[in-house]
Amino acid sequence: MISFEINGAHHQHDGDSQMPLLWYLRDERGLTGTKFGCGMAMCGACTVHLDGAPVRACLTPVAAAAGRKVTTIEAMVDQRIGKAVQAAWVRHQVPQCGYCQSGQVMSATALLAVKPAPTEEEIDAAMSGNICRCGTYQRIRAAIQDAARELSA
Amino acid sequence: MSAQMTESRRRFLQGMGLGVFTLAVGGGRIIQAAEAGDLPEGFAPNAFIRVGPTGPITVISAYLEMGQGTFTGLATLAAEELEVPLSAVEVVPAEADARRYANPELAKAGFAVQGTGGSTAMAGAWDIMRKAAATARAMLLNAAARTWSVPAAELQVEQGVIVHAASGRRAPYGQFVKVAATLPVPKDAAVKARDAFRIIGHEGVVRVDAAAKVDGSAIYTQDVKLPGMLVAVVAYPPRRWSRVRHVDASEALKITGVAAVVELPGDDEVQGGIAVLSPNTWTARQGRDALVIDWDTDDALDVDTDRLFERFRTLAAMPGTVAVHRGSAIGQVPDGGRSFEGVYEQPYLSHSPMEPMNCLVRMNADGCEIWNGEQWHTADQAAVAAELGLKPAQVRIHQVYAGGSFGRRANPRSDYVRASARILKAARAQGVDAPIKLVWMREDDTQAMQYRPMTVHRVHAATDAKGVLVSWDHTVVGQSFFKRSSPTAIDSSLVEGASDGHYAIPNYRVQQQIPDDVAVPVAWLRSVGHTHSAFVVETMMDEIATSTGQDPYAFRRALLDNAPRLAVVLDKVVAMAGWKQPLAPGSAGSRRGRGLAVHESFGTYVAQVAEVTVHEDETFSVDRVFCAVDCGTVINPDMVRAQMEGGIAFGLGFLLQGISFSGGQVQQGNFNDYPVLRLNAMPEVHVEAVASSVAPTGVGEPGVPPVAPAVVNALAAITGQRHRRLPLSPGLRMV
Repeated sequence: MISFEINGAHHQHDGDSQMPLLWYLRDERGLTGTKFGCGMAMCGACTVHLDGAPVRACLTPVAAAAGRKVTTIEAMVDQRIGKAVQAAWVRHQVPQCGYCQSGQVMSATALLAVKPAPTEEEIDAAMSGNICRCGTYQRIRAAIQDAARELSA
Repeated sequence: MSAQMTESRRRFLQGMGLGVFTLAVGGGRIIQAAEAGDLPEGFAPNAFIRVGPTGPITVISAYLEMGQGTFTGLATLAAEELEVPLSAVEVVPAEADARRYANPELAKAGFAVQGTGGSTAMAGAWDIMRKAAATARAMLLNAAARTWSVPAAELQVEQGVIVHAASGRRAPYGQFVKVAATLPVPKDAAVKARDAFRIIGHEGVVRVDAAAKVDGSAIYTQDVKLPGMLVAVVAYPPRRWSRVRHVDASEALKITGVAAVVELPGDDEVQGGIAVLSPNTWTARQGRDALVIDWDTDDALDVDTDRLFERFRTLAAMPGTVAVHRGSAIGQVPDGGRSFEGVYEQPYLSHSPMEPMNCLVRMNADGCEIWNGEQWHTADQAAVAAELGLKPAQVRIHQVYAGGSFGRRANPRSDYVRASARILKAARAQGVDAPIKLVWMREDDTQAMQYRPMTVHRVHAATDAKGVLVSWDHTVVGQSFFKRSSPTAIDSSLVEGASDGHYAIPNYRVQQQIPDDVAVPVAWLRSVGHTHSAFVVETMMDEIATSTGQDPYAFRRALLDNAPRLAVVLDKVVAMAGWKQPLAPGSAGSRRGRGLAVHESFGTYVAQVAEVTVHEDETFSVDRVFCAVDCGTVINPDMVRAQMEGGIAFGLGFLLQGISFSGGQVQQGNFNDYPVLRLNAMPEVHVEAVASSVAPTGVGEPGVPPVAPAVVNALAAITGQRHRRLPLSPGLRMV
């Protein structure tokens, strides 16, 4: 039996402890905002926060979350930084197909939590693991800087 | 629509395991999961507009929203004509219905289907949607005139409220829907004059799907879950077109949660395999990985791309079928002139959208239902009907958002859609009567072929003594997407971008060579034939210019007197980029340069200048791209910018990626070996659109073709080396 928190609620899982968190969230808990893109931590579409740090849920077994706090895109609206990032994403009209954007928002939120005023290089380093095939990268950069400004105001 | 009706729809959708998302975003609203077939009664003047007694006006989209912004574009056209704010309109996808929703632009190209592609949505909807909304407005005004006994000409609409100024009467549209529904449909409702546009062409219009796509609530096929649904993960053979000789599923069936193992029967168009079914995707995948399958490889693919390129190179030197021929001096080099020859190799490409292909199918009492990011509605409908022994009308398609497509979901073979129906059928034959969602792993998606064709182009060009281009002889070797009517039929999707080039060259010939026996299925990819032809034409043009001591801009510009729209974007991008001023130097040890390309595709004209730095370690960066575009009337300036930015990112991927085969096996599977552009390599992109009042053309595809040649031209300007093969060699890494 594995116990952990998802978006502030307590959960227990007594199934396969090696099941990736991605599929537990999506198929067992119905939290479909976290997306499947590659299954090998190459694209970032499945990014969630584990105790606040970004992890790729497709390669993180449920067992790794034991006793810890999992936060998904569905909870970002309730968080100061997450909400600011989402608002900046809309202001800059970032999404096109939108499929990768949950992961993008989660990576950006985690970045701003540790780097409130990230440099270009820090943005590149934090965000280059998240693929967007629609090519919204320019807007992602601008939205992160904008969110950083909003949050420091 | 009434609260009660909204509630009934909500219940219906929740019964499907879906949510209803009605999100106000300062702009439009969208109910992605709702569909035209579920719409409540209301005023329905045509197939595209519904007005209920209360609530938002519904716009029905015949097109897929896959990121290109079509839902927002359609909402814009309707809101403009109906004199309502964008936030008063919601967009729902249409059901598959060729009679009402066939794509008028694709029909012109010979595809009588309801589908989304060829950058046609806004071009087709420009007349149809505006007219549909103008008709609805006229009928509502007539209904108000009748109700109030005043002349319709004295009525105005302000933000969805009908006003009779003389008597001070005001009432919203909803009050007149009952009367309007009884009135004749006028055939001649006038659309608004351009100078009266409030929304079309204006800045600040927010995408109707933006909010749902940043909070995780937008629903894609991947996210739809029905009661009792089983996910199917399939074991495919390493070499495609292999058949299952024997399968041992005993280990797979021991895994808790694996519900069944069934054979997916294959044929020439749908790859067969073994499907493992489970309510949980991971469990199904574990089951798949536990299968032991003996594959019969007698008919398996035996392709080797190195050998295929060799064969294509040979074909490129042989006479082909002539697509276009003008002038009587093809290949002749005037006295004092020069001759240029280039052979260009470009690989198979995978679409690789972020959402790997998937499709959900369920049988019901009347037939079946499909949930899919549906891009080729009526073709998939017919294909599924044939698979399941149904009539097309018995196949109900629920279109949901697509997590990208780039052409993949408009598959002429309906490959993954038919596969999902076959798995469902096989499961039912085993007594497993459940909705089936086929989910491809990334590797399945990358290796399922349907690739952009690999090509070899050969160009032989000649200039006269003054450096004027006088002859262009061009052969394109590649596969066709379709069976052609005869071996000599021209495949315009192969030779486009070359055969319809705009440069004034007196002697001009384009030939095709199509090896019909290559068993790798190929298909269109974002900007289709232009993906490879623009690279060839625009790099060779550059080579000729620089080799004859001419400015690449001036050389091209002199040949565009008969192509004014191309000339305008070329002039514009040169001004934007400061082409005539020297480029600022980079850091010590680096070298910088610019490259130019200009290309028309799908009736949209695009010119781009790329600024490139080659670093001391021989890696390179694309620093900035300037992009001038003429897409006719601009419906949404920010959407045009977004599609150009995205097209540039997509086209830069061509420098990095390629699918290869060895011994019949695809050599790539995931983003580790099929690289795509990442954020660190994204250039700063500056886009300007030409002001225009001609009818709009699409922007989803035309931003793609010029960027790879522009960058390669910049590399040549810096290093003197001409790259004629993509992807670029691993030693030349883009960072």
